[in-house]
Amino acid sequence: MPIKRADKTPMPERDSVVRAHDFLEVNQGYNLARAMFEAERCLRCQDPVCIDGCPVRIPIPDFIHAIAAGDMSSAAAILRAANPLPAICGRVCPQETQCEVLCHMSKRFRPVAIGHLERFVADWERVQPLGEAPRQPWRSQRVAVIGSGPAGLVCAGELARLGHSVTIFEGLHAAGGVLRYGIPEFRLPNTVLDWEIGLLKRLGVEIACNVIVGKTITLDALFDNMDFSAVFVGTGAGLPNFLGIPGENLNGVYSANEFLTRINLMQALRSPEADTPMKAGKRVAVIGAGNTAMDTVRTALRMGADEGLIVYRRSENEMTARVEEYHHALEEGVDFQWLTNPIEVLGDEHGWVTGLKCQRMKLGESDDSGRARPVPIERSEFVIPVDSVVLSIGTTPNPLLVKSTSGLETNKKGCLTVDEDTSQTSRRRVYAGGDAVTGAATVILAAGAGKSAAAAIHEDLTA
Amino acid sequence: MAKIIEKRTLTPVTKLFRVEAPLIAAATRPGQFVIVRVREGGERIPLTIADYDRAAGVITIVVQEVGVTTRHLGALAAGQEILDLVGPLGAALELPVGGHVVGVGGGFGAAALLRLMHELTERGERTTIIIGARQQDLLILVDELDAVCHQLELCTDDGSVGFKGLVTERLQLLIEGPGRPDCVLAIGPMSMMRAVADTTRAARIPTQVSMDPLMIDGTGMCGGCRVTVDGEVKFACVDGPFFDAHLVDFDEAVRRKQMYLEEEQRAACRQAERRQTDAH
Repeated sequence: MPIKRADKTPMPERDSVVRAHDFLEVNQGYNLARAMFEAERCLRCQDPVCIDGCPVRIPIPDFIHAIAAGDMSSAAAILRAANPLPAICGRVCPQETQCEVLCHMSKRFRPVAIGHLERFVADWERVQPLGEAPRQPWRSQRVAVIGSGPAGLVCAGELARLGHSVTIFEGLHAAGGVLRYGIPEFRLPNTVLDWEIGLLKRLGVEIACNVIVGKTITLDALFDNMDFSAVFVGTGAGLPNFLGIPGENLNGVYSANEFLTRINLMQALRSPEADTPMKAGKRVAVIGAGNTAMDTVRTALRMGADEGLIVYRRSENEMTARVEEYHHALEEGVDFQWLTNPIEVLGDEHGWVTGLKCQRMKLGESDDSGRARPVPIERSEFVIPVDSVVLSIGTTPNPLLVKSTSGLETNKKGCLTVDEDTSQTSRRRVYAGGDAVTGAATVILAAGAGKSAAAAIHEDLTA
Repeated sequence: MAKIIEKRTLTPVTKLFRVEAPLIAAATRPGQFVIVRVREGGERIPLTIADYDRAAGVITIVVQEVGVTTRHLGALAAGQEILDLVGPLGAALELPVGGHVVGVGGGFGAAALLRLMHELTERGERTTIIIGARQQDLLILVDELDAVCHQLELCTDDGSVGFKGLVTERLQLLIEGPGRPDCVLAIGPMSMMRAVADTTRAARIPTQVSMDPLMIDGTGMCGGCRVTVDGEVKFACVDGPFFDAHLVDFDEAVRRKQMYLEEEQRAACRQAERRQTDAH
């Protein structure tokens, strides 16, 4: 029988003072005792609505019951059958707005810690001996997947399981997309990502790095010269937005993409052992308040910044970052400047950043996004002295593939338009999913899109 | 991995590599570049595709050893492999139509003129190449460049061969003489490209320069390669590398390129020390 306890079993975390100076993972994960203790809280509802909140529809109560019964291999099998990237999603999904928000427990108490449990099962699986080698692709038709971020990885994994030969084309020198270049190791260690990618390779998925479809080869060549029968486009939303304010090209101003890519993908965190240099700054202002902004400001602290601050033109309530990331940032000493709008980056005579000129804002009427519109307060300008400014104000899909391919339709925002049921683009047998279709969103939405596109591709190819 | 088919030492610090890269060779158009990474933990650097042979599936790159990564690359031998090679990147140069085209190459930038000028000459344009270096033995690819244009002008600081003086001074003579250029392409160090821009601005001769700012991914993802052109921010990796020389904000470009100067110098010292230790 479920045991009613009001609170979640706490996630063990590394001390905020210590962890703010290194790149080791913050959350330490449950042990078996904690996991079983937490699993007992699941009410085993008749109508497990938590599943409706999950973009890949994990049978959540089933795997949790297996944990409660101490049957970890069943838990792992149930989880992996539904979600090909559980160790990643268990770490980076915003469960509080998806599965956990729907949990019946949350009506009176705290919801079951579904995310922590998912991560526990995936981590348990990771230290078990690998079983027999899975059956290798047995179907004759080949599928090309463009991009190795969450959408592409999941799509490739699903197709491989269904027997298709899949090749992923990745433009960078390492696979993983935003999981590799964007999300820092203190949230998602590379060993976890490498392990998940290793499992895909075991399924027979091939990964061709250093190939930019649209530059190195065209999408048409995939069909015409390379004999692929279908293509999945999972190219993400990798183009950084800039504000267009004066001083944005001063030395010491970065996009969050550049800041994080230098440190994560290029390993500047191991500088000087790694060759890519990084000047993260001593007083770092990060503009924006999404998950990427939190990752960036926390990374800045770990790179040796004395002060890291978030500058956001709206208030705490409109912030898009996950609650957990926000709390972790607060614990680590990040300063938050709410209702603060940057209007100019100031520099010295050598062109290096010295400060960020801002104005205070107040909240006005709701805008198109349903959030209160920030309105400037007159004569409220002030300067925050900083030596580094990072823009984390969103990204848009990279137009590179669309520009070099005829017949791929996009909407005004540059997102690929797809059939809602099949994920097929305006071109036959070219499918798409993830941020390339939705604009910048979450890892799990991309994973879900990759999964449903894989099903549609399978149906199309085997019809 | 891309295998090095042939290596030539052009000067003690300038190396030419012919590299097996069939997909890149097939897709390349004049003016594009590649990004290479030479070793684990290594950085990504852009290099112009100097020439390509589609039939053989080979591209030619030329590297000048100025920092840690270029020295690692320069140390590779024929038969060895370049860890990561990706491209072709950037937009192809829209080759100017009609008239007298002058390509100006400074230092190892001369190599980048090889294919560009070849295409223009093939198309029937009148072509002149001006290359310069401190002294004769630092001029590179003289015979190869001579073969792809109508007129090759050599410049040396010490007058050991050709015109004694800077490439811009030779260009100025050309502008004032009967063979006035209708269009100029300049590839080389930022200071030289800027000087070319200043020279042709007064004469109102359309001029394109190939910008090579710091860059990571080469696909528009990091925005590190921002260049201001006519007051507008461009990404050199996707909008360039060629821009209207008279509209480029060179002050900013020079400053941004020096962003990691200290780190680069420290890294070079460490590398030199390590090499000395290894030699003992």
